Amino acid sequence: MADTKPRKSVAFEDSTTIVDSDGQVTESAGMNGDKASAESHAPGDDKEVDEVSDMFAGLAKKKKKKVKTEGEEGEDVLSGLKKKKKSKKPKEGAADDFEAQLAAKVGDEKEEADAEEEIEGDMMKGTGIWQHENTSPVPYNMLLNRFFTLLHSQHPDLMSSGSKSYKIPPPQCLREGNKKTIFANISEICKRMKRTDEHVTQFLFAELGTSGSVDGSRRLVIKGRFQQKQIENVLRRYIVEYVTCKTCRSPDSELDKGENRLYFVTCNSCGSRRSVTAIKTGFSAQVGKRRRQQK
Amino acid sequence: MTTDTIQNLKSFDPFAEAEDSVGDVKTTSQNYIHIRIQQRNGRKTLTTVQGLPKKFDQKKILKVIKKKFACNGTVVTDTEMGEVIQLQGDQRKDVQEFLTDKKEGLGLDAKTIKVHGF
Repeated sequence: MADTKPRKSVAFEDSTTIVDSDGQVTESAGMNGDKASAESHAPGDDKEVDEVSDMFAGLAKKKKKKVKTEGEEGEDVLSGLKKKKKSKKPKEGAADDFEAQLAAKVGDEKEEADAEEEIEGDMMKGTGIWQHENTSPVPYNMLLNRFFTLLHSQHPDLMSSGSKSYKIPPPQCLREGNKKTIFANISEICKRMKRTDEHVTQFLFAELGTSGSVDGSRRLVIKGRFQQKQIENVLRRYIVEYVTCKTCRSPDSELDKGENRLYFVTCNSCGSRRSVTAIKTGFSAQVGKRRRQQK
Repeated sequence: MTTDTIQNLKSFDPFAEAEDSVGDVKTTSQNYIHIRIQQRNGRKTLTTVQGLPKKFDQKKILKVIKKKFACNGTVVTDTEMGEVIQLQGDQRKDVQEFLTDKKEGLGLDAKTIKVHGF
C-alpha cells in the first residue's frame, strides 16, 4: 500500500481528501486541488520543484478523476481504475492521503460488519473471527486492515515515518490596498521550517523581484499583487533549496553561517552538511517612472 | 599522497577569487542564466534574461525573440550584470524553451538556466 503511494516531499496542510465510506469524495478547501491561475503562471522549471509540483498536479488529477468516476460511469471508470487504483475495492481507490484511505477502510469495515456480523466480528473487542479460539482462517485483507488500524491508533509516529510528507501551514495572503500583499503567517512558517524570518524574506523578495517591509505585528508586506498560490510556489522552492536535506530528504535541518561567510545546511537526522548558495537578487529592471536614487 | 593533492588541506586564500572576478564579472556567478519576472502596474509584467553567454549577440537574439513571441523588448546594459534582455510580459516559459531548443533556439543546457519568480 505504501509502495504505490507517490512520495510527497512538501505538502501544505489543509489539502486532504476525505473519502467517505460510501465512496463520496469530499475535498476540503485545499489549494492543491484546483490548479488554475498560479499553475498557468508558474513555469516551475527547477527540476526538484517541478518534481514536487508534478506530484501535486498528479494529486489534483487523481482527485478530479475520482470525482468523475462517480458522476459518469463510462470508459473513464475503467481507465481510471486500471491506471490509478490498485486496491481491491475500486470504491476507495488510491487515495493519496493514507489517513483518508484508512478512514475509508475503517468505514468499509463497519459497513461490512453490519452486513455480516457473524463472520467479521469486532477486531478491537475480539469477537467473531477475531476471537482468540477461533480457528477459521482470517483473510489477508482483514489482517492487513487490523495491522494498520492498530498501528495507527497505537504508534502514530511510526506511521508518519513511512510516508514522509512535510507539512507547513499554508501561507495566508491578504491584500493591502491595491498594490501590496500581506503575508500574514510568515513567522509561523519560519518557525516550522526553523529558519529566520529575514532569510525567508530575503529569498521571497529576490524571487519575486520586489521589495517590502515588516509591519507592526511581524507580518510581511510585499509590494505587488501576489496570490497565495504564487507565494506557495516560492516557498516550496525555498524548502527544496534551503530546508530539505539532499541526502536523506529530511526537512529537519538547520541553517547556519559557517566559516568564511558561507551558509551551511546541517541535517539533524542524518548529520550531513552542505553549503547553500547565498541569496542573490540579481538584475532588477527599473519599473515606474522615477529612477531609484543610485549610489 | 602529498598534501597538495588533497583539496581540503590547501590553505584558503580569501582573495584568490577576488582578483579573477575583476576582469570578468560573468565567470563568478557560475554562468547561470537567470530568467526573472517583475510585476509592473496592473497585470503587466516584465521578463528579464540575465547572463546569456558572451558568444551570442544579444541584439540578434532579441530580434528573434521579439518576432517569435510577439513582444517588445530591449537590451539593457547593467554595470554589474552586463547585458540583460528585457521583454514585455511573462515570457519565462517561452524564453526557456527557446534557449534550450536545439533546432530553432540556442540549444543551451537546461541545467544552466534558472527560472525565478512565482
